[in-house]
Amino acid sequence: MSTETKAVDIDRNKGDFSYDVAHTYDAGIGLTENTIHYISDVKEDPDWVREFRLKGLKTFLEKPMPTHWASKDLEAINFDKIRYYLSGGVQPKRSWEDVPEDVKRTFERLGIPEQERKFLAGVEAQFDSEAVYSNIKKAVGEQGVIFVGSTEGLKNHPEIFRKWFGKVIPIGDNKFSALNSAVFSGGSFIYVPPGVKVKHPLQAYFRINAENFGQFERTLIICDEGSELTYMEGCTAPKFNTATLHSAVVELVALKGAKIQYITVQNWSANVFNLVTKRGLAHEDAEVKWIDCNIGSRLTMKYPGVIMKGRKARGEVLSIALANDGQHQDTGAKMVHAADETTSNIISKSISIGTGRATYRGLVQVPKHLKNCKNNTECDALLINATSRTDTYPAITVRGTGNSVQHEASVSQVSAEQIFYMQQRGLTEAQAMSLSVNGFVNDLVRQFPMEYSVELKRLIELEMEGSVG
Amino acid sequence: MSLVAHDEITGISSGPDFSRAVPEWFANEQRKAWSEFERLPAPSRMDQPWRFSNVKLLDLSSFKRSESVGQQTRTEILERSRALGEVAGRLVFAGEELIQREVFSEKLRQRGVIFQPLEQAMVEHSELFRKHFMAHPATLGSARFAALHKALVSSGTFLYVPRGVEIDLPIEIFHWLHGDNAAVFPHLLLVADELAKVTVIESFQSFDKEAPGFACGVNDLIAGPGAKITYVCAQTWGENVRALQINTTTVDHDGGAMSLNLHLGARYSRFESLSRMVGEGARSDLLAVSIADGEQEFDARTLQDHISPHTTSDLLYKNALDGRARSIFGGLIRVEPHAHFTDAYQKVRNLLLSDDAEADSMPGLEILADNVRCTHGATSGQINADELFYLRARGISVPVAQRLIVGGFLNEVVQRLDHQAIAGRLHDLIEHKFARNH
Repeated sequence: MSTETKAVDIDRNKGDFSYDVAHTYDAGIGLTENTIHYISDVKEDPDWVREFRLKGLKTFLEKPMPTHWASKDLEAINFDKIRYYLSGGVQPKRSWEDVPEDVKRTFERLGIPEQERKFLAGVEAQFDSEAVYSNIKKAVGEQGVIFVGSTEGLKNHPEIFRKWFGKVIPIGDNKFSALNSAVFSGGSFIYVPPGVKVKHPLQAYFRINAENFGQFERTLIICDEGSELTYMEGCTAPKFNTATLHSAVVELVALKGAKIQYITVQNWSANVFNLVTKRGLAHEDAEVKWIDCNIGSRLTMKYPGVIMKGRKARGEVLSIALANDGQHQDTGAKMVHAADETTSNIISKSISIGTGRATYRGLVQVPKHLKNCKNNTECDALLINATSRTDTYPAITVRGTGNSVQHEASVSQVSAEQIFYMQQRGLTEAQAMSLSVNGFVNDLVRQFPMEYSVELKRLIELEMEGSVG
Repeated sequence: MSLVAHDEITGISSGPDFSRAVPEWFANEQRKAWSEFERLPAPSRMDQPWRFSNVKLLDLSSFKRSESVGQQTRTEILERSRALGEVAGRLVFAGEELIQREVFSEKLRQRGVIFQPLEQAMVEHSELFRKHFMAHPATLGSARFAALHKALVSSGTFLYVPRGVEIDLPIEIFHWLHGDNAAVFPHLLLVADELAKVTVIESFQSFDKEAPGFACGVNDLIAGPGAKITYVCAQTWGENVRALQINTTTVDHDGGAMSLNLHLGARYSRFESLSRMVGEGARSDLLAVSIADGEQEFDARTLQDHISPHTTSDLLYKNALDGRARSIFGGLIRVEPHAHFTDAYQKVRNLLLSDDAEADSMPGLEILADNVRCTHGATSGQINADELFYLRARGISVPVAQRLIVGGFLNEVVQRLDHQAIAGRLHDLIEHKFARNH
């Protein structure tokens, strides 16, 4: 393997590729207090947001890299060579002819609409989704839903968002949440009023145009009592990003009886460090569910978490990771039980292909004197080639007699008998392999929205090509 | 912790003691180990291998080297140093002193079995000794304490079973802590040559149940091609003892090692177990039973390292936790590149018997080969209410019913040994611990 992955990692020094800085906001390269002031000035941040950013910067500079437990690859990030802020609309220029054939073929196979292809390939700066966005915004707006960008959210609706902003994930949670707190831009701020059930899933996709998919997006979703929301970010097609560091913070707040489902499909190109902090807070009877699918990037570190703060709260993480040549998917889940009768469920499936490495890292905590808390964790790893690697590092803390926690993990290979059986019936080895792998993730993929699951299946087929023989 | 500056402590901080006769080359190694110990930083909870561990309990400043025992104590220790009815040999150490050595039949001696204290072995069998003694660095976090052990090793056993020799009866070794704040550094170097077979049961005990003490032991178990080693450890240190035990097991092709560690005593007991499957067909079984109550903390770290293809390892650890006790399990199965056809299992089960008991489990996998079958599981739960009800309905009181259920839960591990006499001994020790509490 894999011509596919290599193709995704195109040589960015070639072709007519440059930043057009003539009429845009650009904070320049490197990170100092001036960068923060620049961003705050451009965004016309309220004072408290500016202070929040400065505090984030201070914390970021103080905190060491977590390399005592995490991948040493993190040391390859050069923070002085990163552009921390580019305003919306600034995109690299590239002509459609420069897009490699393989990538075009990938779009073809995935059935991506023509217009989207150009955007995804970085050919067009603007993907015309404005119409879709304003329609959706109007539709949900009638129900009282607020669906805006982070800047607008903090500026125009502080009475709603300030209360929870930076509360689920404090600045100092980790080095990269601090970085995000300092330089965040983009992302979605959503408020769903009590009892409102948003019928259609809201997508980050709709908002691409309004504020570009940031490197440092910040999302905060608040579902008031008894409301329901499904949110999706990412798309299954490979996304070309010129920025090598992507570090988002996503905070979810589900008040009493609310339900939030957050779906991510991450397919950054193979040069991106994707270091994301995601956490949900579930109040009484509320439910937070993360569906997380990681296919792209060079190194992803992402452990969506749920803090079950109220009685009978529920948390769930469903995770699929696919690590191909040169990739390290370091994903997992955190479940913190902080009230009686809370239940959590983690199901993680990973596939390692070629020299790919998939890691599950988990944390389950059932602290003092809680009753009838339950956690179930299942991690299954599939190894395709002799050079593939997989790791599992859970940490489970349980106290007291009223709770039950179970963790199970298995690592296996695609069964030779299965492959043989399918080959006998006329499938090629590659087809058989891809069928097997799809079968392995099938019960999880089924939980995805229809269009995502179809694309995901095709994508797995693509990634599997050339991995055998 | 801080193993502070020299002058602050009179005890173990003064470094190696060369009043005992050891060869010059070993004395040099001990000096090197001592400076290594002084160089390495004390463990911190932030270090991944010490995550969750109460490292504060590892302040060694109050401990000193063991003193020699009086005649009366010696007699009493010898009387109490009986674990099994029939044995092939027995060594009894009181503190640093070997107070009894009973050796098996002349026949075994003629066939070349060596069973002697470490100091003697480094002189008489220096080649074997140098090849195997602490040949692998302590990789599970305790490099500092392994260095301390090497510098101060005192009560050590060397057991060598030559090619093709099978010793049917078990060999017993006793280590006794006596006196306040005494420290011991027990060692077992066991080499089973090709196709040899041997069973060893080691007991760690305190003469005075309440005396504070410190034990820092290291075991090297080496199973040659086709050899079979069964090793049982019964740890019943006194309730104020802090103990560290660092074990390394190496299994060559078609060899097998089975170890069972019973942890009942000590205030803090850390147990590191590295199992290396270096030859094709090697198999290692790692078993442990812990019963903790009061303020006890048991910290177990394991690594099942599959270096060759076609190797098997199977780990089963069970903990029963009462009072404010705490258990930590940090285990890793590592399958090295090219170690295909590995079968590796790891299972940890915690039974929480009180509201303040805590179990931390970190079962890990690192798989760098693809043709493998590896599973691990960790569970934490409590006594099943239906089972309790069933027993109560038959007129059995709650404490007795609980004891029966916990006994049954732990028995699965002991049964795996498939050795009646040793199982009997372990059951007695478990019963004794329960009897003390209820």
